[in-house]
Amino acid sequence: MSKGQVGAELRLVTPGMVVGPSSGKRAGSGMIAENNEFIATRVGWLNEQNNVVSVQPINSAYMPRSGDLIIGFVAEVRNNLWFFDVNGPFQALLPMSLAPWKVEFGSTRQHLGIGDAALARIQEVDETHNMVLTMKGVGLRRLNEGAVVSIPVNLVDTLRGDNNTTLSRIRDVTDCRIIVGDNGRVWIHGDAGDMHVARQLIQTLNEEGHKKTFESAVQALENERGEH
Amino acid sequence: MGGYGDVKLLRDDGKRLDGRAIDEMRPVTIEAGVLPAADGSAMVTHGLNVAVAAVYGPMEAHPRKIQRQDRAVIDVRYNMAPFSTGDRIRPGFNRRSREISKVTAESLESVVLVERYPRSKIRVEIEILAAEAGTRCAGITAASVALADAGIPMRDMIVGVASGKIEDTVVLDLDKAEDNYGQADLPVGILPNTGEIAFLQMDGDLSIEEYNLAMEYNHKAAKEIHEIMVDALKRRYEGGEN
Repeated sequence: MSKGQVGAELRLVTPGMVVGPSSGKRAGSGMIAENNEFIATRVGWLNEQNNVVSVQPINSAYMPRSGDLIIGFVAEVRNNLWFFDVNGPFQALLPMSLAPWKVEFGSTRQHLGIGDAALARIQEVDETHNMVLTMKGVGLRRLNEGAVVSIPVNLVDTLRGDNNTTLSRIRDVTDCRIIVGDNGRVWIHGDAGDMHVARQLIQTLNEEGHKKTFESAVQALENERGEH
Repeated sequence: MGGYGDVKLLRDDGKRLDGRAIDEMRPVTIEAGVLPAADGSAMVTHGLNVAVAAVYGPMEAHPRKIQRQDRAVIDVRYNMAPFSTGDRIRPGFNRRSREISKVTAESLESVVLVERYPRSKIRVEIEILAAEAGTRCAGITAASVALADAGIPMRDMIVGVASGKIEDTVVLDLDKAEDNYGQADLPVGILPNTGEIAFLQMDGDLSIEEYNLAMEYNHKAAKEIHEIMVDALKRRYEGGEN
């Protein structure tokens, strides 16, 4: 992952730690400016890019932003809308007008029932965390097959790699269709054996995620599978 | 503060019954991330105290009447395990645990950036597994590390420390005998980077000079404990380039 500090030693910061003077720079996420000094507000790696100082958090809850691609589970169905569990603090709402089907009032259950998984995008989030989803868009659909596994939200970028390179390699080596949601849910679909391999790889990420071991696990799998 | 003036708490050589100097703290160890199911957790041992804190959330605040439209609420539950002391403690909430839960929640609210999570709740559970005076301080220290471990944004961590007075002498970090038979106890929650006070309680009487000396000890101890807290978080993620 790009750190903006090529060659520089990565610095782990903890909440309250004074990172340095704030003159001429802007505070990014995980950082506040107080008395002309930057103070870290989270545990994570210090990151400076384009004059913005921020913290790349090691552990964080999913905070939805509009435009996020998410994998959600239906938690509640009403006559004209669905409520989705999107791995955030609040449920998201999908009105029938933003579903990809023509839905009659009262027939929402015929399209999506409780527990069903769907690929959706966050249309808008307001300041009190009310969320509206949309399923109108390319590729957004109900997930009828495959499996959904969870990873910590801060590891989503690690799984994808720069420009999705790592994800493409995993797709190739496991021969699975894989979609990574911004909310830390990963959809995998393929042969049972291939899916097992993909899940094991993601398990490695879960266990070792903040270490470089994940990259080497992908590499090892490529070498192993390439031989067969 | 029993006020039993005839109990001898200082030895003739000026040291305390357990051999500590008057400004010496009991040994402190901290470990972060001890509970895999929690979003963040920490275990603090402070002398013979053992406190475990778990943090869950932010999550939707229930019941809805406790929701705040502009900020998160912090729900703290401090509890002493029945086996934490020599005399078995009746399980469940009591007056003392309610009070400590309340002061802990209010002090944590002063450091957590609660305005980032409107309508949400951050649940903090503090369980005291072994108690030997100073459990509220150990609990708040554990809660701070657990919040940091959970990735909750905070402007600083809180360190819980206490000083007190025994035999007309101000001492740092009272143990059980000193707490029971001493003259005063001054537990405080300190923000180590700014030196601000997040909570302060006083049991017994201190003169202004004694209070100032006790606070001086507390600030010194807070710096030491803060280093252990930071070290605990660093150890948890050591070698962890993302």
